[in-house]
Amino acid sequence: MIFLQLFYVFFLIGLFTIGGGYAMLSLIQNEVVTTHAWMTSQQFTDIVAISQMTPGPIGINTATYVGYTVPLNLGYSKLMCVLGSFSSTLAVMLPSFIIMLVICKMYEKIKGDGTFKSVMTWIRPTVIGLIAAAAILLMDKENFIDWKSWVLFAAAFIIGLWKKANPILIILAGGVAGFFLYYPL
Amino acid sequence: MTKDNTEVPVETSEAKKKADRKADRQFYWDLFRTFSKIGAFTIGGGMAMIPLIQKEVVDKKHWINNEDFMDMLAISQSAPGLLAVNFSIFLGYKFKGVKGSIVATIASTLPSFLIILLIAMFFTGYQNNKVVSAIFKGIRPVVVSLIAVPVFTMAVQSRLNVWTGLLAAGVACLIAFLKVSPIYILLTVAVLAIAYSKYKENKEKKEDSK
Repeated sequence: MIFLQLFYVFFLIGLFTIGGGYAMLSLIQNEVVTTHAWMTSQQFTDIVAISQMTPGPIGINTATYVGYTVPLNLGYSKLMCVLGSFSSTLAVMLPSFIIMLVICKMYEKIKGDGTFKSVMTWIRPTVIGLIAAAAILLMDKENFIDWKSWVLFAAAFIIGLWKKANPILIILAGGVAGFFLYYPL
Repeated sequence: MTKDNTEVPVETSEAKKKADRKADRQFYWDLFRTFSKIGAFTIGGGMAMIPLIQKEVVDKKHWINNEDFMDMLAISQSAPGLLAVNFSIFLGYKFKGVKGSIVATIASTLPSFLIILLIAMFFTGYQNNKVVSAIFKGIRPVVVSLIAVPVFTMAVQSRLNVWTGLLAAGVACLIAFLKVSPIYILLTVAVLAIAYSKYKENKEKKEDSK
């Protein structure tokens, strides 16, 4: 049963996402590409690109899209794909729901807790490592087909770091560059 | 006439209830509309949503004050899950309890869910198109850079020292090269951090008692 599997995997991802959307991407990539091999890293990168360009949180968008693509890759019908995207989206939010409701009830107590603070000082660098690993794992032969890919990567990286440019504009620029570099005119 | 007179108090209390229910429904609808508008129009992820939520909820609707808003933002950021989702749950709960949190969360995620679903259904047919495939060849390395950039900005923001820097590098190597699951790593770090803070607490207590 693919939805139950998707539900379980995305519930775990939702539970362990600390540090926002990019941390969630690295967890999704680990489960879906590395562990279960439900899709290629190329497919995953495309999904991330589209999720980044569409409205809403990137983690939710990616969960919805991955939930649709996995049953499709495994040869299920379109209806099953819709159910898959529904179950992944719901599952990824469910842990937040439970945890946030608990937090709402003990809001003041958690805020000043020393243990919580010290855990966060070590979790933060861990999350940075997590996201770095996702970037390293995506630098494979599927996404970087030749030297031009590396030039595009370097250019986007420098612009992103220096200018804090809008990610959507960077993706659009990448698309335009891709068209001129790779379309057989 | 006399009959009417005796029924007046009953009627007004029922009318009041009805009006309350109507106001409730109105509020839920308002909540739904506000959050779905935010969900539908923020491109660029959770952090981009925050100023919009602030504008709607604090400045326009006056549902909460700015100080509460900031406190709730900080907590939503450190809790597991996505910031925008956590924040919708928290705000919805603050306004109307569990029901409010369900309404706010569904509202903020429904637009993007539907949009992605449409794209997923539509795009799968066009992936083999020559133009689309050329465009995506250019997009892929750029997307990887979008994931690499926050690594550096976050490292600067959280002022990594030698130890936390080593931890981050070690974690990256474990996941990327040794294929260790990030979930095990997060669990291990959390357990060790709790143990370390308890050990330090005990030590401080002992030193105090001396």
